[in-house]
Amino acid sequence: MRLAPTADEELFARTVRAVLERRCAPREVRAGFARGRWAELAEIGVTGLLVPEEHGGLGLGAGALVAVAEEAGRACAPEPVVEAAVAATLLARVDADGRAREWLRALAVGAAVPAVRLAGPGTAPVAHAAHANFVLVADGDTLYGRSAAEAYIHPAPGVDPGRGLAYVDMSMSPDGLLAVRQEQAVTRAARLGAIGAAADLLGAARAMLDLTVRHARQRHQFGRPIGSYQAVKHQLADVLSAVEFAHPVVLRAAYSHEHGRPSAGRDAAMAKVFASDAADLAARSCLQVHGAIGYTQECDLVLWLRRVWALSAAWGDAAHHRAAIAADLLGPAPAPPCP
Amino acid sequence: MLAQVTDLIFSVTEEAFRREIRDWLARHVPSEPLPSMDTPDGFEAHRRWERHLYDARWAVVSWPAEYGGRGASLVEWLIFEEEYWRSGAPGRVSQNGIFLFAPAVFAYGTEEQKRRVLPPMAAGEEIWVQGWSEPEAGSDLAALRSRAVRDGRRGGWRLTGQKTWSSRGTYGHRMFGLFRTDARAERHHGLTYLMVDLAADGVTVRPIRQLGGEPGFAEVFLDDVFVPDADVLGEPGEGWRVAMSTTGDERGLSLRGPGRFLAAADRLVELYRRVSAGEEAGTDTPNAFRDAVVDAWMRAESYRLYTFRTVTRLGDGQRVGAQSSLNKVFWSELDLNLHATAQRLLGPWAETGGPWLDGYLFSLAGPIYAGTNEIQRNVIAERLLGLPKEPKGSNGEKGEKGEGR
Ligand SMILES: Cc1cc2nc3c(=O)[nH]c(=O)nc-3n(C[C@H](O)[C@H](O)[C@H](O)COP(=O)(O)OP(=O)(O)OC[C@H]3O[C@@H](n4cnc5c(N)ncnc54)[C@H](O)[C@@H]3O)c2cc1C
Repeated sequence: MRLAPTADEELFARTVRAVLERRCAPREVRAGFARGRWAELAEIGVTGLLVPEEHGGLGLGAGALVAVAEEAGRACAPEPVVEAAVAATLLARVDADGRAREWLRALAVGAAVPAVRLAGPGTAPVAHAAHANFVLVADGDTLYGRSAAEAYIHPAPGVDPGRGLAYVDMSMSPDGLLAVRQEQAVTRAARLGAIGAAADLLGAARAMLDLTVRHARQRHQFGRPIGSYQAVKHQLADVLSAVEFAHPVVLRAAYSHEHGRPSAGRDAAMAKVFASDAADLAARSCLQVHGAIGYTQECDLVLWLRRVWALSAAWGDAAHHRAAIAADLLGPAPAPPCP
Repeated sequence: MLAQVTDLIFSVTEEAFRREIRDWLARHVPSEPLPSMDTPDGFEAHRRWERHLYDARWAVVSWPAEYGGRGASLVEWLIFEEEYWRSGAPGRVSQNGIFLFAPAVFAYGTEEQKRRVLPPMAAGEEIWVQGWSEPEAGSDLAALRSRAVRDGRRGGWRLTGQKTWSSRGTYGHRMFGLFRTDARAERHHGLTYLMVDLAADGVTVRPIRQLGGEPGFAEVFLDDVFVPDADVLGEPGEGWRVAMSTTGDERGLSLRGPGRFLAAADRLVELYRRVSAGEEAGTDTPNAFRDAVVDAWMRAESYRLYTFRTVTRLGDGQRVGAQSSLNKVFWSELDLNLHATAQRLLGPWAETGGPWLDGYLFSLAGPIYAGTNEIQRNVIAERLLGLPKEPKGSNGEKGEKGEGR
């Protein structure tokens, strides 16, 4: 029995953190997606994390994605780290297709940026499509893919400008369209996306908490640091609790996913519920503790607030996943728990 | 070097351990629930059950064999708890002894004390009660006033004062507690950890009825009660350190392992199934409660996972420390949430009583005992987040409490 990130994952996370600390300061986050940073992330293996080794990637799994996505969330990196992992698992299934192989290789070296949407209404915009080189969209159990240059892409408004939301229409002609039926793979990939997003949300929640603790120690009112007041302390204690208790849930989901446990679907759903709820709580409490300065574009808190507002609903919001858990748990044959 | 991979599998030995305890419980758990341990008959019935557990070496699995245990690992301990509560076995009347006092005895007791105190405690022969709280010392434990003066002639201490809210104090045999042995020292200085025989001359016990109606705890008046030197745990004057050394590690893991909440969560799911099948007539449509049931169940699961994470940390040689405050807030709110959800599901039947109502009333105490949740949140904010302490003077430093019930 061992529930913890592995030494390799921790080392990898530290490497990613070092790069992002250097290349993804709040000022740079404000500037949005950066191809240079994507290339630098590629150099340390982030973009090809789940790309099979024969296509130039690291061939790692969900555990590694959790470690990396947490860092992306912590730094508020605008790059589609989770989408790259999801795209890699989908494309690896169809690597007999020339385009799939090409995209996999391009992903691994950071030459291509992916955008992916596996669920939700077909008319909804796709995150990262505004700066993507190729787009993957699932419709039911069919996966469609097209290079961005051959699709109609119109930027859409979004609460988090870093996400590069855009409407995508790839139905113009069958030429150049990847279309494969693969129901299981789409379900599995959506699970991976939920787990990655959950890790990202926890990283973002921790970053907001750090920022807010710093503020609460410095800001004085009534002659005392506001962080010495219990009404402030208890709010932040609850945020820490939510994050700390969500973390093992996310680690477990990655494990169940990688090991194909019968409860993998429920475990991933639970990870997203806990992470979305924790990050939503962090966003609200951290804004409250900042006071008016938190309600401005000048304060860096806004960067994470926007990320959480968007991401807590992406890859299935908490209500969606709760319903899925209810269907399994309260249904005729709940999956046996892991462990 | 060993590859430290994530591994959510119980080993062959652990699985065998699980089967062994499961089989034993299936054969021995009383088919009818015992009467409440807070009644005279129930107290004795629960002691007999502890004896039964002890004879089969299931009473204190994590203790070394020489004191009646099996030297079980932390994971085996968690497995024991899961199986124990799943089987519907009786509550542990000896719990404040075996879970809260024993760790201090192991850490600070002499060989003689360990041999004398631990086996009868584990066998349910001697039920220990915790004597920390006093009328003027609740959350602020260091404000305690009960004092002990030196009796050099007889070689011991004479105690005077009052303890209160001592769980099982009504029928229990012995009390462990903190006493002021240095009248000039203040707050957490000059305290001594003592063992008191509740049958000794000068002890008066006044039972106190709890919300549910039974005398689950008691006030203990001490009037010149003699305690021999052999019953001092650790050094005189070191009581605070002795008491605090074990609260951190023990608060979450041993007093309230995840097993009992998992069992309650499974029963809640069953209750939901019965209610939605129309077998139990609640007023509301069951669907309104679906999310509440799922949430309560998930919290129990997450407490289990968090515990495995903690066990992994301990195995890696890390210390848990103030993180146990996160544990305490989480399990107490989880327990309350589980039972409140069951009460809502039962609708008009909720008030008619039964195990869910009993459990609900008990869960209401969780945020109060073992250090109130407000105090725990202060600890979390100050020790884990590094927020500034409250200014001294207004309420001084706070003692960190770790009582169980
Ligand atoms: C069922 C049950 C069993 C118990 N069993 C035992 C036992 O066996 N042995 C034993 O010694 N004790 C026992 N206790 C007592 C328990 O330890 C105390 O109730 C607890 O420490 C709180 O003390 P108090 O009740 O005096 O409340 P108080 O300390 O008076 O607190 C009252 C309220 O004020 C809040 N408060 C106090 N100080 C602060 C602060 N600094 N900041 C914020 N809020 C604050 C508290 O959180 C609480 O909400 C038991 C209690 C219960 C309910």
